[in-house]
Order: sequence, then structure tokens, then C-alpha cells
Amino acid sequence: MTFLAAARFWPILPEPGLIFWTILIFLIFWTLMSKFAFKPIASALAKRNGDIEDALKTAEQARLEMANLKSENEKLLSEAREERAQMLKEARDTGAATIEEAKDKARQEAQKIINNARQEIENQKAQAMREVKNEAGNMALEIAEKVIRRELKGDPSQTSFVNDLVNEIKLN
Amino acid sequence: MRTKSIFRVFLLLAILIGGFSNQTLASGGNDAPFNPGETALHHIADAHTFHFFGDIYIPLPAMIFYDRNGEGITFLPSSASFDIGKSGNGNIAIDRYVLQHGVVRRIKDTSFPMGKVNISWEGHASHGNDHSGHDHSGHDHAGHDHGQKEKGMKDKIMDELDKGHEVQAFYNGKGFDLEDRTTLDGGLAGGGMTSYMDFSITKNVFTMLFVAFLLGFVFLRVAKAYRTRDGQAPKGLQGFIEPLFVFIQDEVAKPMIGEKHYARFMPYLMSAFFFILGLNLLGQIPFFPGSGNASGTISITIALALFTFLITNLNGNRDYWTHILWMPGIPAAVKLIITPVEVMGVFLKPIVLFIRLFANITAGHIVIVAFVGLIFVLGESGKNLVGAGVGAVAATFLTMFMMALELLVAVLQAYIFTILSASYIGAAVEEHHHAEEAH
Repeated sequence: MTFLAAARFWPILPEPGLIFWTILIFLIFWTLMSKFAFKPIASALAKRNGDIEDALKTAEQARLEMANLKSENEKLLSEAREERAQMLKEARDTGAATIEEAKDKARQEAQKIINNARQEIENQKAQAMREVKNEAGNMALEIAEKVIRRELKGDPSQTSFVNDLVNEIKLN
Repeated sequence: MRTKSIFRVFLLLAILIGGFSNQTLASGGNDAPFNPGETALHHIADAHTFHFFGDIYIPLPAMIFYDRNGEGITFLPSSASFDIGKSGNGNIAIDRYVLQHGVVRRIKDTSFPMGKVNISWEGHASHGNDHSGHDHSGHDHAGHDHGQKEKGMKDKIMDELDKGHEVQAFYNGKGFDLEDRTTLDGGLAGGGMTSYMDFSITKNVFTMLFVAFLLGFVFLRVAKAYRTRDGQAPKGLQGFIEPLFVFIQDEVAKPMIGEKHYARFMPYLMSAFFFILGLNLLGQIPFFPGSGNASGTISITIALALFTFLITNLNGNRDYWTHILWMPGIPAAVKLIITPVEVMGVFLKPIVLFIRLFANITAGHIVIVAFVGLIFVLGESGKNLVGAGVGAVAATFLTMFMMALELLVAVLQAYIFTILSASYIGAAVEEHHHAEEAH
């Protein structure tokens, strides 16, 4: 009896005082922590979970939008590229046409100049021929006059006949 | 920064003192051989002081004793009122309450004067050696003599062990027997009703208060962090607590109780988990403010299991009670067997809950004390220095291993208590769809 009293296995003996204090302390701890810690933490965590989910959703949406934008951009870009190619081609064509035209014009001009020059030459030639004819006629007349004068002094019909002849030459 | 350095100094001091406090292991009596069993029991028992080392005892506040025979309540501001002297023995008796070895006990003899009385423990050492001499001075030893003649070998060993335990307080040269506080086991585990109940702030109560305040401080700070750092990633203490919180929520509460009901039981599960974890871990620290074996004390685990019991049964729905009292879908004859088993189960569930926690923690502590006791057993209480050296080396490694194991057990048992509580609660609030057809 005394042995048991002194060397008791205390931990296994249920004591009213300890049970009372445990209930009191734990009850207060539980109540206060529930109100001021665990419920606020749980709601904060739930809220943050919601926020994160929303953020992820928004990010996904943004990603999709970005992808859309990107493909649109690409479309625009390829269009622009095509347009540029078109424009370049057009410019090249235009340039070639212009050059061709210029060449044509130049050729025409040159032709014209050549023609004019030919004409002029023709004209000059005709004039020179006329002048030569005239000169030759006059000289022939003078010679003839001198000859005829010697033979046919004072015959006017002869003179007019010669003049007529000279004029006929001029028509040529 | 300042609190950190204070903490470091405190830790260093505590480790130094913790080394010295091994002296208490030999405190079973100066002449008596070292008794590891008794030492272990002493170390895991509750007390009204914190033993620092040597003769230095830290008094605890608010000593409250209730006399069951109508003498009323005795309140003392602290256990220092007993004038703690050598070996934690108080030099003053107050209303017959005395402090012996750091624990409050009471003088049995009602003829002992009430109020403050100076006492001594002088006759203590001679008591065991000169048994018959004290039998005449002690009151309750009248029938002791004739019993001594019939003592067998076993009784003689018991008698040897009794030496040094059979402590008496001395007043006016007369020895007085002591009795312990009331326990509710009805004598089944060696306790029983005595003249008084103890509602003091004991070492275990202090440990619980310490844990409650520490956790309160931590969790209020964490809760505040959630307010001030709203929507930001957790940091520091908050970052440490959050995974634990989420773990209890996602791995314990949700699977055991179900998505629909788990939220309202989260605060209880969290409180229980951290309270038990705190007690377990603090109990492993071998010096103040640790060393209180709270979660290895059945009174405390009973009280905690009582919460689970009440929450489970107060939240039990119609299905839960139907399944216990009149299980649907089985023949009536079988129901007559099932129902008593189920009703027993209602009580057995919380009972295994408190026994498991208590037994695991207590066993760990006893093993550690036993390993440290190796130093004194092998050293033959200081007579054999080589043996003590061997014991010290062996004890160091064994204790280190055991403490690592105990760390695991501390977390594991807190987790098991929580998950089983959750599963009991889950069974009480679960809705059985198949039961609908059976009715």
C-alpha cells in the first residue's frame, strides 16, 4: 500500500483537477483560435484559391487572345508582304513600260529627225539641182545668146523662145 | 534581433542546466541504490514545481486544493508558499498540505493542526533503517509489526523498495503519514478517493497553458499575415503554417468528413492537432519550460478524447443513430447482437483514442529515462566510474536514437488523433444513400 502510494504510476491515474484544466484550457483555445485564427485563415485560403483560379482562367483567356492577335498579325503581315511584292512588281512593270515608251519615243523622234533630215537633204538637193539647172540654163542661154546674137542679131522671137525653154526646165 | 540573442542565451543555459539535471536521476535517496523504475515513474509524473537541478525548484502559481470533508478550499499564490527546501521538500505545512519532492501531498492525520505549521523531514533517512522505532511514533502503523513476521522473499524485496518511499513529515518530533490527491480510477490503477482534490496549476497544467499561449501567439500572427498580406504568397511563419493547415484540410478533413461538412470541423481538428503536437514536442524537451509529460498523462488525453466523443455524437445525424441502434438491411436476430456491439463502439472509439496517445508518449519517455538510467546502473550510482563512462556513451547514442524516434511519434500521434477524430466525425455526419431503400 505504501509502496504503491509512493511509487505510483501517476500518468495512468485520471485526476479530476487535470481533466478540469484540460477541458477549460482546450475549450478556450479552441473557441478563440476558431474565431480569430482558423476561420479567418480558412476563408482567406478559400478566397486566395478562388483568386488563383480566376487568375489562371484570365491568363488562359489572355493567352488565347494573344494567339488570336498573333495569327491576325501574321495575316496582316503576309498581306502586307504580298502587297509589297505586288507594288514592287507593278513598279517594275511601270518602269519597264516607261523605258519602253521612252525608247519608242526616242526611236520615233530619231526617225522623225532622220526623216526631216532626209527631207531637208531632198529639198536642198532639189534646190541645188534647180539652181544648177538655172545656172546651167542661164549659162546655156548666155552661150546660146552669144551664139545666136552673132547669128540672129535682133531677133526677139528667138529670145522669147529661149526664155520659154528655160522656164520649162525650171518645172522639172 | 534582441529577442533572438536572448533566446540563444536561454537555450545555451538550458542545455547546460539540462546536463546538470541528470543529478535528479540519483535523487531516489542518497544511500539507497539507484532504482530505474522508480526514477522513470518520478520523471513522468505530474508535479507542483519544475525541477531545475540540484535543490533548485521553480515554483508554480495558483495552488488550489479542495477538501472533500468540508474543510473548504485552500488557495496558495504559488508552491513557493511551502518554503521549498532541500530535495524539493517544503518546510511549511499549510492546512495539512505539504510539498514533498516537488509534489503536494497531505498529512493524513486529522489531528494535525490546520493553517501554517513549520515541519521538518529530518526523520526521513532513519525511517527505513529503523522501521520499528517509527512504528510507535507513526499513527497508522499499529498493525505493521505482526505482519512483518510472515513476510516472504518477495515481500522482503518490496520492503527494500519501500525504504525511502515511506516518507513522513515530522512535527514536534512526531512522524506523520502522507496521502496523495484524489484520482478517479476507483482504486483500479492504485489510486482512489482521498481527503482532497487538487486543482492546482501543476507542471502539466502549466505545460498546456504554455502550449496554448504559444500556439495562440503563432496563429494570431499567421491570421494577421493573411489580413495584411491579402492575395500575396505566404511568407515566414505563415509559409510554415499554411502547408500544415492545407494538409489537415485536404488530407484529413476533406477525405474523412467529406466536402459538404468538413469546413465546420476544421477549427476543432486544427486545434486538436496543434495542441497535441505542441504537448508532445514540449514534453520531449528535458528542461524548463519543457519536461511536462502532458500528452503522456491519461487525464489530459481523456479530456481531449471527450471533445471528440461529444462532437461526434452531438453531430450524429439520423443515419448514424439508425446504424447504431437498429442497423438497416440485416435480420432482426442479428440486430440483437449488432446493436450492443455498436453501442459499445460509441464509447470504445474515444477510449482507444486516449489510450493510444497516452501509451505512445509515456512509453517513449520511460524508454528515454531508462536509457539515461544506464549511466547510473552501470556506474553503480557513482561507485564505478568506468561503468558510468561506458553507460554514458551507450546512453548518449541510445537516447539520441530514441529521441529521434520520439520526434516521429510526436508528429505521428498528433496526426493519428486528428485523423481518427475526423473519421469518427465523418461517420456521424455521413449521409447513407443506400439506407433510404432499406427503411
